Amino acid sequence: MSNAKPARGFIEKTLGDITGALEQTLFAEEIARQGGLLQSLDPRAKLVGALALLIAISVSQNLRVIVALYALTLPVAYASRVPMGFYLKRVWVFMPFFTGVVALPALFNVFTPGAPLVTLIDLASPRVYLAITQPGVVTAAFLLLRVGASVSIAVLLILTTRWTMLLKALRVLRVPQVFVLILGMTYRYIYVLLHAANNIFLARRSRVVGRVSSAENRRWLAASMGVLFAKAYALSDDVYLAMQSRGFRGEAQVMETLAWRGVDWLWLAVFLAVAAGAVWLGH
Amino acid sequence: MHIPDGYLSPATAAVMYAASLPFWYRATQKMKALVTGRLVPLIALVAAMSFVIMMFNVPLPGGTTGHAVGSALAAIVLGPWAASLAVSVALVIQALFFGDGGILAIGANVFNMAIAMPFVAFYLYRWLSGSAPIVSARRVMAAALAGYVAINVAALLTAVELGIQPMLFRDAAGHALYFPYGLETAIPAMMLGHLTIAGGVEAVATGLVIAWLQRTNPELLETFSQPGAATARLPRRAGLGLTALIVLTPIGLLAPGTAWGEWSREELAKLGLGYIPAGFDKWSNLWRAPLSDYDLPALNNPTVAYVLSALFGVALVLSAIFALGWLIERITRRGATRTA
Repeated sequence: MSNAKPARGFIEKTLGDITGALEQTLFAEEIARQGGLLQSLDPRAKLVGALALLIAISVSQNLRVIVALYALTLPVAYASRVPMGFYLKRVWVFMPFFTGVVALPALFNVFTPGAPLVTLIDLASPRVYLAITQPGVVTAAFLLLRVGASVSIAVLLILTTRWTMLLKALRVLRVPQVFVLILGMTYRYIYVLLHAANNIFLARRSRVVGRVSSAENRRWLAASMGVLFAKAYALSDDVYLAMQSRGFRGEAQVMETLAWRGVDWLWLAVFLAVAAGAVWLGH
Repeated sequence: MHIPDGYLSPATAAVMYAASLPFWYRATQKMKALVTGRLVPLIALVAAMSFVIMMFNVPLPGGTTGHAVGSALAAIVLGPWAASLAVSVALVIQALFFGDGGILAIGANVFNMAIAMPFVAFYLYRWLSGSAPIVSARRVMAAALAGYVAINVAALLTAVELGIQPMLFRDAAGHALYFPYGLETAIPAMMLGHLTIAGGVEAVATGLVIAWLQRTNPELLETFSQPGAATARLPRRAGLGLTALIVLTPIGLLAPGTAWGEWSREELAKLGLGYIPAGFDKWSNLWRAPLSDYDLPALNNPTVAYVLSALFGVALVLSAIFALGWLIERITRRGATRTA
């Protein structure tokens, strides 16, 4: 029994992770195709704007500025037809599992000494004292709000921009064409390999009856990783030959089909002005 | 181990980008020289594979599961430069298209998982496996150990990057602005999980996949594992060690007191020597260093200044050594042509 449980656990966990990644991108593509506010903007304006806002959040030494920046994303998300339940949940429900756990101890006097807000334990002998301190709350809030606001900006960018467009926008940051090409191919082949992995795990899941020892499972998992590795390597050969036969000689050419309009200037100016204002206020 | 945005100050994020850029540049140059154009699909496919492998839950004895990074595996099969590029691409895609790990933190994440990790794994694997045959059990053990050590080095780097935040960045009232725990908390907290579970996962995954490749695809392991191929390894390994030392520099801030034998005039008096040697007074004011006491006046934060001084000092020493090496090489070459 003790062996069967983790064995089923890791297959299902992995299947869940793979399905989650596939679902997430399908969801993002679906929202990116809708005609909302952010979707209508040039990806370069969004990318530069998002970076400026991320830096503003990162530089701010004032909690209210971070909260204000986050609050400003809400109407923009709404106008971009991002499901608000998802948008809020993605940050404030999932984040606490990681960052919340990290921020929690900082609340207490053990890690952040200072004026107590709530005293939890106060024993004279043996001396045990545990309290939530005022500086502790500020410190934890800095971490949580900063991470939450940053993730929100990144999520908005990802959800409202189709990945092919986002790739093209990278050129504006002087990312070399060959890197843009590699990123694009990687993104494309992640699906091929995710589907392959999904099939491997599903096949295993549907054929195994009874208990399998943990060691056997590890060997199987290593074999499937090895298969993927060999597959990726062989596939890269095929792709290379295919590229060569179509005239690829090592020079990457990414088609520039983006069209910059007046409204993009306007919004880029808005993003930059908000970011600059936040940097000024937060310093 | 993916650091999200908000944990690192913008200054740290920028420094980590600056640290990663030369590796990217060098890796691209190296790969270009290998085979024209072959680089593009190879890096893309390995990056895609690395992305997928990071999703696998590896079961450990005892019932826990964890994710492997796969950098060590990629480094052993493809060599450190190609692995570095591929894992970098995977990390960029995770941050930019999936929201895993921060966008401003890409530099730091790449440095830990796509630069330090594959290089440590590769050279450790090569050193441990020596001249053992490709399909030997020794190579499996070497790969497992390389994976274990490499992920722990990456974790240590992550912990140091996080742990220096509260020392360097606080607001006017003294609140930590970013990651709130110092090195004394960050390092044990990070290492506890990595020396046990994450390290175990990486060791199991790397070792078992190498064992599987030995049985099915030994030719994949041959490219970078020929015992004779190890020439002129030392400078690069030394470079790696040097980088590690620079990264660890801030730990020096934890040490109380002054280094032995480097006392100032006032400290000498306090040591109970009873008198100040006459020569000390005579010579101690002869030279006022440009970065006196490692504290740049322009930067009010002494810690930032300390780290910057360290980097500046290393750069100065390195350029002096390279200049000397260049000079010696020129002189000896001229001598050689003259005798010939």
